[in-house]
Formats: sequence, C-alpha cells, structure tokens
Amino acid sequence: MTVAATLRLGCALMMVALCGVDRSAVAADASSAEGAKVFQIDIRNFAFAPKTITVPAGARVVWTNRDEEPHVVTSAGAQFTSSKALDTSDSYGVTFSKQGTYTYYCSIHPMMVGTIIVQ
Amino acid sequence: MQDVHDNPTEGRRQFLKCMAWAGAGTLWLMKSGVLHAQPLGDGTAAAAKDASFSFVQISDSHIGFHKAPNMDVAATLRQSLALINAQANRPAFLLHTGDLTHLSRPDEFDTLAGLMQEAHVGHTFYVPGEHDVIGDNGAEFFRRFGERQQAGGWYSFDQGGVHFVGLINVLNLRAGGLGSLGADQLVWLKNDLAGLSSDTPLVVFAHMPLWPLYPAWGWGTDDSAEALSYLRRFGSVSVLNGHIHQIQQKVEGTITFYTARSTAYPQPAPGVGPGPGPLQSVTADALHRYLGIRDVRHVRGTDALAVTEEVLS
Repeated sequence: MTVAATLRLGCALMMVALCGVDRSAVAADASSAEGAKVFQIDIRNFAFAPKTITVPAGARVVWTNRDEEPHVVTSAGAQFTSSKALDTSDSYGVTFSKQGTYTYYCSIHPMMVGTIIVQ
Repeated sequence: MQDVHDNPTEGRRQFLKCMAWAGAGTLWLMKSGVLHAQPLGDGTAAAAKDASFSFVQISDSHIGFHKAPNMDVAATLRQSLALINAQANRPAFLLHTGDLTHLSRPDEFDTLAGLMQEAHVGHTFYVPGEHDVIGDNGAEFFRRFGERQQAGGWYSFDQGGVHFVGLINVLNLRAGGLGSLGADQLVWLKNDLAGLSSDTPLVVFAHMPLWPLYPAWGWGTDDSAEALSYLRRFGSVSVLNGHIHQIQQKVEGTITFYTARSTAYPQPAPGVGPGPGPLQSVTADALHRYLGIRDVRHVRGTDALAVTEEVLS
C-alpha cells in the first residue's frame, strides 16, 4: 500500500476534473495519473457516501468533504495514513494495493464510519 | 427529571432585547454552595450581590470558521469578552469549554490567544474540543492552554469552597463511538473526589456532553455513566459542557447538566435536519438571537436541586 504525495493527488484530481467526470457520483469511474482506477467517496451530512465500497487492488480512493464542517478520514487500526483536517471541498486520496477490509471513521465525529473492501 | 430545550421563538420584544447585547457567555454565581446562572449584561449587578464568587463560561469560539451564518467569529467572541469586562463584580476566572479553533491550526490558536488577552480576568481555564486536537492529539492545545497537572490534560482546582474538575473527552475516540474519558482519567477522577466530603459543591466541565443527549449526532460520552457514579454522593453537582451550540439542560437527582451556546454559530436542535452542522439559514441580523443566553437559576429545594429557566425579559 502506498500513500501518494499531496502533489500527485492534486494532479489526479485535476485530471478527473478535466475529463469531465461527475465528481458528485458516489463512485466515479476515472483513472489516476498512474492509470489506477479512482473511486470517489463524498462526505456529506456527516456521513460517508457510499458507506461501503468495494474496489480492486491498486485502486485509488478519493474522499471529498461536501459539508460545511471539517472532517478527518482516519483508519481504524492505523491501516492507512489519516488525512489532515478536510475543510469544505478539500479532498484526500489513498491508493489501496493490498486486499483486505479497511474500516475508517472521522476522528472528530467518530459516529461517521465507512468501509473499503479491496479485492 | 426535567429537560429544557433551547427554543428561539421569542417575541419581538425579546428579539430587540437580545439585539442589544451581542455575543454569548454565562455568568455563574456561587451562592451558599449552589450555582446560579445569569446572562451577561442583564441585571448582573443585583444578582451578584450575595454571591460568594462568580465565574464566566464561554464556549465554541471556532476561530477559523468563516462561512454562513457567521463570517466574523473573532468579532462575536470579542463582543462576549467586552460583556465580561463590563461586569461590575469581576469574575474569579473564565472558563472556555472547548472548540477554541475550527481546525487546530497554529494561526487559529494565535488569534484565539490574542483575543482572550482582552478579557480582564485573572485566569482562564480551558478544556479542548475535538476541533482543537486534530492531527496531533491536542499537543499544541495543551502546550498553549493546558494546566499541566496530569499527563492526560485533565485537572482540578478549588475556589471558594467549591471543587472544580476539568475533564478531557475528545481524545482516543473509537470508530462508531461518542466522546471518551478513558480508564486512566476515570481512575484519576475517582481518586480526586475520594477525599472530599459529600457536602462539597462540585462543578465538572468538559467539551462534549457528559450524558447521552443525542448519540446519533455524537452528542454524548461513551463512559460518562461511570464518571457520574462517582458524583452522585455529592449534594450539589453542576456539569457544564459545550459542543452542541445551544442550551440544553437536564436535572438528574442532585446533578444538573447544562450545555452552553457558542460564541460563533448555532447548531440545529437534536435530530432536526440531516446533521449537526452550522445553522446556515440564520441571517446576520438574527444571529445574535441564537448566540444569546437565557437566565438559568439553580435553587436548592429540600433535598434536591430544582431548576427554573427564564428567558431574558
């Protein structure tokens, strides 16, 4: 599992935007700079949407905060690096290279829980 | 048991009255071991006459927030501090019950610290909100605002015969859970209270509510029941919290729970709407109505506390 630099995340997001992919879709089918598939998760109304997502190994998952409140994407059990505080419209991306089930939550609103299943 | 909810349905007279005093803060008056709450700036001189001492609680300043319904949270905090400074009788201290900042950024802490210097009080006690501990488990918060009594950040002190306890319930939160005190803090609390006689008035404060106010929105603390079990033998217990940006009260035996309004922006009533974010629909000229304070008096009955609540009139 690798966690890309912020710069690379920015490029990936720019590509998504330039390709005209609807980023409001729950799981946009797009490609990152390295050719990995990108799956979008919206953070909206204090919930992750979709709450559970199944992705292939090597996929990149990008969370975008659509709330007026900040949120922090945090892995339960520290399986991947947590995000910084995501303000409104901020995004955070993680590439999942290993199969497994990854539970995560918002560290400041811990009732917000989501799951990523990597196959 | 009695639940009193904050309901912004005051009449026009009430609205105009509230417009005259911007900001939010509660003046707490200690009278014969019982805590009385008084809105800042309204008849406080007369009410404070027979109080042994007073302190002021403010909460949820959210420095760094700059969206609807409040584009200038520094200004509304500053207005609250001006009201505190206008008190005829100087409060013994100031209490900030967390969410000083919105994103735990150093510049936000700088701004908050600078603004708080405008308060003419001897000391300000702080507890962190979850917005103050993002990314570093509160290291920066505790470095700047901690009392440095215990490694975990919690603390206690005595003032005028009253025992005050500051608790931390915004760290080590688990997925799917609420606020958390943790085993270490509970052991400390039990020991801290052990030597006190049951007629010692207690004031316990933390950021998140210490009772299950609305768990679906995270408004509660997972292990608060254990903490409350240590408090029940005391004759006068006041539990002060922030976090939910509105007044909610509950009386349970000798324990009175009270949540404070925010100096920054209101949040919806429990379960009203999709989530607990800022009430964006509040217009600028009505904002102060939600940041205002109601008069809450705690009076001792025969063997339990009774609470009456009055709106400003």
